[in-house]
Amino acid sequence: MAMVARGAPIYTGSRIPSPIPTVLTPNPDEVPLEDVLTVNFGPNHPSTHGVLRLIVDLNGEQVVGISAVIGYLHTGFEKTMEQKTWWKGVTYPARVDYVSFQYNELVFVLAIEKLLAMEVPRKATWMRMALCELVRIHSHLVYLGTSALELGAISMFWYTFRERDLVLDLFEMVTGVRMHTRYFQAGGLAEDIPMGFYAQARDFCTRMPKAVDEYEAILDDNKIWLERTRGVGLLSADDAIALGQSGPVLRASGVDWDLRKREPYLAYDQVDFEVPVYYGGDVYDRYRVRMDEMRESTRIISQCVDRLLELQGEPWTSDDRKVVLPPREELHTSMESLIHHFKIVTEGYRVPEGEVYVAVESPRGESGVYVVSDGGPKPWRVKFRAPSFVALEATASCMKDVAIADLVAVIGSLDAVMGDTDR
Amino acid sequence: MGYEGVPGVVETREAFGETTLVVDPARLLEAAAHLRDEAGFNVLADIAAADYLGWGELGVAGYIGTASGRDLNAPGSQGYARRPEPKPKRFSLSYHLLRLADEPLRVRLQVWLDEGESVPSVVSLWPTADWHEREAFDLMGISFDGHPNLTRILMEDDWEGHPLRKDYPIGGEPVRFSGEE
Repeated sequence: MAMVARGAPIYTGSRIPSPIPTVLTPNPDEVPLEDVLTVNFGPNHPSTHGVLRLIVDLNGEQVVGISAVIGYLHTGFEKTMEQKTWWKGVTYPARVDYVSFQYNELVFVLAIEKLLAMEVPRKATWMRMALCELVRIHSHLVYLGTSALELGAISMFWYTFRERDLVLDLFEMVTGVRMHTRYFQAGGLAEDIPMGFYAQARDFCTRMPKAVDEYEAILDDNKIWLERTRGVGLLSADDAIALGQSGPVLRASGVDWDLRKREPYLAYDQVDFEVPVYYGGDVYDRYRVRMDEMRESTRIISQCVDRLLELQGEPWTSDDRKVVLPPREELHTSMESLIHHFKIVTEGYRVPEGEVYVAVESPRGESGVYVVSDGGPKPWRVKFRAPSFVALEATASCMKDVAIADLVAVIGSLDAVMGDTDR
Repeated sequence: MGYEGVPGVVETREAFGETTLVVDPARLLEAAAHLRDEAGFNVLADIAAADYLGWGELGVAGYIGTASGRDLNAPGSQGYARRPEPKPKRFSLSYHLLRLADEPLRVRLQVWLDEGESVPSVVSLWPTADWHEREAFDLMGISFDGHPNLTRILMEDDWEGHPLRKDYPIGGEPVRFSGEE
């Protein structure tokens, strides 16, 4: 395949279990079944990143069988969103993947805009990119902190959460809340960008690469970290593609695939950034991909800030009053604005009939949404393509020669968020 | 790109810049194998099931409207501006395929089913379909022939009903207005 340019195959053949691709069962030819001990792991276990349950078959310390059980965080977001108007529904997606909260919001808003064939002001597009890359850094910091913590590098957790707070400070300044912002809406942004954002975002962009250097200084010279992560949890490029993997897991297996480059959305075709690709397919390379992505995201943010400074004074949201709320101050002077405000909030706007699938590159991979509209003010069907759900399908294939202590490292490297998995 | 050679295609639709191939459920496996092996769609990104019970009629789990449009006698109702296109059957299953290659391409493979009808499983072609099909079975009650482990995935094993169907009750307390008998 042309996309896997170099690097020796990670392993030959396929390691996807058969007949059930997501369940690894002990092989009676290799392991005497009377020696196998079945252990329940989770759902309430700090190293399962939420409420993942694993049923693990052990032969001594070796994992010989594994089955992931999900659904403990199923809250019926998709059903709930069918009951709400499109306008109200924008609030929900951020809660689905609560670590990279801006992405589901973005993908849902992009789907509405695609159905409405709506033009979005360029200032909104660039601000959406800046905030999405900030969330990518936020998500990778949470991954790094928790994954390193699980392998005993406790100090990492405090360092990464220091920078994570800076990201959340920026969100608080722009949107008024630290997470689950509902800042994107069909047509553009909910509010204009506050004046202090540019300087503070620039400070962050100068600080973040140094912080990534610090993390690497702690981990990359650490023999324990290297031995616990290198060559552990292998997944070959072919298996990753067959299992539908995306994002850092796929790129760590040597597949040069990033939707920001391959199917550019927003204005990703106008910014300069690299897509890190590694060829080892192990826990260490997934870590390397995410570290490099944080640096690249910082580059994108600073390009966005440059561009946003040029766009100061431009509109931040569409002027289509049938979809976008009128400015607050007009409600006191304009009857029409008051009526539009009332109609959009109570009845909602109508979205043309049709079905669309929109996908963006979230920190976990392809975050997509399939929406069906019947032409009314509420979505008929909303289905999220959750990258965490798909990532956990690879659990069984990564478990060759894995010891029980490495299990946590492998699960951590797949970086699944249970809210996203279970929806 | 043309899709003339795909077996079992009933209809090809282009809308919103997306291509939808509607295929006969009995020939789904053939069509999927053709798209994977001949057209290079090596990734199954998602399987999305949708229930169209009550589509274009009085709201079932959606809002209240009339088929022809706004009901003048019920000013609070939210009617359709235009009656939506009727659907061939109750359920749709949309397989979102991706060609992960230097020239990426996406296509939606769609099949239509009625209550009680089943569709062949594509786990043998794309192992990732395992959980996606289990989710469609769990939440929509669609059964897949040949799936190696078709059990509930998000709901509990002993759950009754399929929650994302339109006739599944959503619960909640009815609102009582003052002056109402």
